[in-house]
Amino acid sequence: MPRESEPGNRRARWRAEPAIGRPDPDVIDPDVDLHDPAQRGELAAHRWDLLVAIALGGVIGAEGRYALSEALPHGGDAFPWSTVLVNASGSLLIGVLMVLVLELLSPHRLLRPFLGVGLLGGYTTYSTFAVDAQRLVLAHRPLIALLYVAVTVTLCYATVVLGSAATRTVGAMLRAGARQAVR
Amino acid sequence: MIALMIALGAAVGAPARYVADRTVQSHHDTLFPWGTLGVNVVASFVLGLLTGAQDHLSAHLLALLGTGFCGALSTFSTFSYETMRLVQDRARFYAAANVAISLAAGLGAAALGWSVGTSFG
Repeated sequence: MPRESEPGNRRARWRAEPAIGRPDPDVIDPDVDLHDPAQRGELAAHRWDLLVAIALGGVIGAEGRYALSEALPHGGDAFPWSTVLVNASGSLLIGVLMVLVLELLSPHRLLRPFLGVGLLGGYTTYSTFAVDAQRLVLAHRPLIALLYVAVTVTLCYATVVLGSAATRTVGAMLRAGARQAVR
Repeated sequence: MIALMIALGAAVGAPARYVADRTVQSHHDTLFPWGTLGVNVVASFVLGLLTGAQDHLSAHLLALLGTGFCGALSTFSTFSYETMRLVQDRARFYAAANVAISLAAGLGAAALGWSVGTSFG
């Protein structure tokens, strides 16, 4: 019996929905298959409701980041814990979100752009990370700067892997439970 | 008022990241996430510039352009996610290159922006 997570099935559904449609789990860009010129061409077309959803998510995410940085302030020569916390938690959540959206649920087409591109993209920040490191170097704390960069990159990679693996495991358990209940 | 400035900046920064990413990715057929790399490097440069010149800028302008626009234009979650996808797709060289180039270009852009901002100020 064909399962929802089979790539062939999903590809067929993409074709059936020519609007900003089903994501293909096999490509690095979650929205389009870059190997298909027709899909690549669609990238040029933007929809207003999509941009509004992304902007709204971005505002919520940025305010969350600001609130966290105000709650955990740090001086220019101290380890920037609030930025680490923001980027690591955002990486964990995008891991969870992408498995939910691509493998487990079939949500409204604006949900992933709102939460993933908008909210988590606006919440996490690369520019503050880069400037934090520069600030530490200029404060004559090069070792703290090096530690900060290493901790951020390692932790964010670990949390996105953890988020997606844990969500996939829980999803498989729930699915197995549902199958048992049907029997 | 600071919160409003951040909201205005983020309302432009987040969609700008999406449009820039799609525009970059629509021009070529590659696994490498050039779009995310590009927005992160540009935002790091601009935030470095603002931070270098911050003594001459108002808190409102820093909130609008720095915390709001640059913060929302750049992203760490997508960078982490795309790196993981490259590893999972067995494109390990691209994954390592993505981390190395993002760090070198992002940190370099922030340092360059900072020194330019300081010289303006």
